[in-house]
Amino acid sequence: MITITNISKSYGKVQALKNVGFEVSRGELFGLIGPDGAGKTSLMRILATLILPDSGSASIAGRDVVKDYRYIRNNIGYMPGRFSLYQDLSMEENLQFFATIFGTTIKENYELIKPIYSQIEPFKKRKAGALSGGMKQKLALSCALIHRPEALILDEPTTGVDAVSRTEFWEMLKELKRYDITIIVSTPYMDEAGLCDRVALIQSGNILQVDTPQNIVNSYKGKLYAIKAQDIYQLNNLLRQHTNIESCFTFGEFLHIVFKNDSSEQQAIVLDYLENQGMKNIVVQPINPNIEDCFIQLLQ
Amino acid sequence: MKRFFGFIQKEFRHLFRDYRSLLILLGMPFVQILIFGFAITTEVRNIHVAFVDNSRDVESIRITNKILSSGYFISSGTINDVNSIEAIFRQGKVKLVVVFGNDFAKQLQAGDAIDIQLIADASDANTANLIVNYTQSIVQDYINAPQQSPQLVPEVKMLYNPNLKSVYMFVPGIICLLLMLISAIMTSISITREKEMGTMEVLLASPLKSSQIIIGKVIPYVLVSFTIGVIILAIGYTVFGMPFNSNVVLLLFEFVLFITLALALGILISTVTNSQQVALMVSMFALLLPVILLSGFIFPIENMPAFLQYLSLIMPPRWFIIIIKNIMLKGVSLEYVWKETLILAGMAVFLLTVSTKKLKTRLE
Amino acid sequence: MTAGTSIYAKNLTKKFGNFTAVNTISFEVKKGEIFGFLGANGAGKTTAMRMLTGLLKPTSGEATVCGYNVFTHGEQIKKHIGYMSQRFSLYEDLTVAENIEFYGGIYGLRRNDIKQRSHELYDRIDLGHARNSLISAIPLGWRQKLAFMVSILHQPEIVFLDEPTGGVDPITRRQFWDLIYETANKGITVFVTTHYMDEAEYCGRVSIMTNGIIAAMGHPQELKQQYGVATMNEVFIKIARQ
Repeated sequence: MITITNISKSYGKVQALKNVGFEVSRGELFGLIGPDGAGKTSLMRILATLILPDSGSASIAGRDVVKDYRYIRNNIGYMPGRFSLYQDLSMEENLQFFATIFGTTIKENYELIKPIYSQIEPFKKRKAGALSGGMKQKLALSCALIHRPEALILDEPTTGVDAVSRTEFWEMLKELKRYDITIIVSTPYMDEAGLCDRVALIQSGNILQVDTPQNIVNSYKGKLYAIKAQDIYQLNNLLRQHTNIESCFTFGEFLHIVFKNDSSEQQAIVLDYLENQGMKNIVVQPINPNIEDCFIQLLQ
Repeated sequence: MKRFFGFIQKEFRHLFRDYRSLLILLGMPFVQILIFGFAITTEVRNIHVAFVDNSRDVESIRITNKILSSGYFISSGTINDVNSIEAIFRQGKVKLVVVFGNDFAKQLQAGDAIDIQLIADASDANTANLIVNYTQSIVQDYINAPQQSPQLVPEVKMLYNPNLKSVYMFVPGIICLLLMLISAIMTSISITREKEMGTMEVLLASPLKSSQIIIGKVIPYVLVSFTIGVIILAIGYTVFGMPFNSNVVLLLFEFVLFITLALALGILISTVTNSQQVALMVSMFALLLPVILLSGFIFPIENMPAFLQYLSLIMPPRWFIIIIKNIMLKGVSLEYVWKETLILAGMAVFLLTVSTKKLKTRLE
Repeated sequence: MTAGTSIYAKNLTKKFGNFTAVNTISFEVKKGEIFGFLGANGAGKTTAMRMLTGLLKPTSGEATVCGYNVFTHGEQIKKHIGYMSQRFSLYEDLTVAENIEFYGGIYGLRRNDIKQRSHELYDRIDLGHARNSLISAIPLGWRQKLAFMVSILHQPEIVFLDEPTGGVDPITRRQFWDLIYETANKGITVFVTTHYMDEAEYCGRVSIMTNGIIAAMGHPQELKQQYGVATMNEVFIKIARQ
């Protein structure tokens, strides 16, 4: 459905995208995951026909994003990174406006947006500027969907939104799969990767890996342990300096570590060392890596 | 077409929802006219004048009376000593001192060169010039007056603006100023606002063409500007009693032409700026100052250095002011202003072409 | 309130007209603690933090920050705290060195102190090579770390962090939290407001605000056990949906 081939894009000296390529199948919920400044927005804008790639090509539903931009603009829904509806217009007026410019009406496609829009419809006379973060997001998604697009391009829809609204938003995206709409969504939050069918990890304009979240986790090299002690700060310092520690990163109250030599004897040596250095209540347990662990490993 | 109307509907919603700005826009003509009409005046009136009369004869006293009865001057009395003139000027109140030489009446009767001296406070050069001119013509009038030579009575008639009322000069100026201001500044701001809010991104990614977006943004302001033009005319006619001898249809046509030109400028500004603030600054410096300074609205173009005179040739307001002055005050028809109209039309076409060329279908 | 208390709030309330933004919240933060102050958008986090930083006068209740009463000594409080937010902290059109100089200056540091501390700062986050670069020219991750270091340049007693690490890459984020742990270890209290629950997992103790009240407070581990879930995110959603 979406094909991206060898796309590069520079702004002056800064290379935002370096030979990026991947494919998204019809009806797939695809995540583009990476930190701020990784090149996510540039790629999303190229797909939305808003900027031109320096080299390479991309197509949506077989139409080229550069040549056939008119077709694409008629047939995709795009939600930019910032909330971009008219704050001085009411919710209903916003939705009606987007329906009109796409040559349709609210009535015609009401069925499609109903699961989302009906949640906020009681407030339809309220101005968009006065809505809460979660409501704004629902309205923006309704507006992007109102013309029944073949594909949705959502640039960081969950940035700056609280945990409850984020969860609800992902539930809505799941719902949309029923209508066979292809969705590509970018996010800086690694924990959202698990909610996608497939993800691409992106950093500094490079695609690090494209796969299902499960496969990415399975491809993690080495065995991961979570460790904690009473003084996590000292524990961190000690482990970082230890010669048998491959990597050590804080994850909440735990440290995630990989041993260089992962035999039980070598592990015991490390633990003895920690105890000798005065670490108390040490807990070590093997864990399954998450996407963030994988991302860190790919960055190293 | 339906899409386009949907877009225009949205623009009107923005306009009416922000009723405060709309009220300011529509109220601006009243405020401007009041300021220009009553506060800033380019006429001289109530000027304090002092006299040094070394003759004290019939003629010098007659001339003194004549000057004082003209209505422009207020007497600050007579001074005995020529040396104290400077001290009087320093006090700042007296702007003009008239000095009569000795034996004034005799000189006058003999037909000799008369000894009368006008000393003006030229710290405000414009006013000083005007005062001296006024006084000169009064004295001249007196000398040529009937009791001396009954044969010739020159009658000066100021055409079109018989009372030299500055209101006739500044009403066209204000029309020009406000049409320019509202058309160019408001459109450039309303377009850059969409860029700033991020909504331009969504509009561009939609099926709307960029020309549709721009035209849709511009139409509400055409109507607002037009309304304001009419309001100013109405004030000019009713409050200031301007002569209503104009060809209204022609006048309104010229309004539309000038508004179109100003809108094209506004669009051009919006294509090169990305924030409302910058758009406002650019509009102020690039449009407002030239309108005020180089259009002949306040400062006469003939008095400018040659370089600025040439520069004023490419200022649309210059031509627009000529056109509306001619139409409003002289009541002329198109055959007398076709040249200026053609220049404006040429500029409008040029600006429209450039600004539509610069329109982007993408973000960059 | 004991000697080791850095922030103390009792029944702290702020009303705007009829609307109660913060409703009788009470909590204590110990010196050197990393305290997470969580809540949904509009739950009252920002209002509460403004009261604690001396920017907003509470309607009722009591609170002391660094030993100063928020009702009467707002100006004193400002001198003893540091503040950093992801949205704004450094001037993009000034260089790294100029930013440091500026912030050192507004907190009344002497020239020599600024010089010495900026050297320490460059060494710590390895930024000496970029001291004359404009902020806009250095990568986001560096900016965040620099902003944090600048906010503790005057060695405040408490540093307030407003959503500090949203959107930075996982490695930089860890380096950032390493800095925070180091700071707390030196005895500086760290007060973090955020609505990103993964940031919450790093805190020693968290409180979760909904509708102006503190709905839950405790160690992340305790809260997860209490609500029988695996992540802070789930804790948060459970509380919000109650």
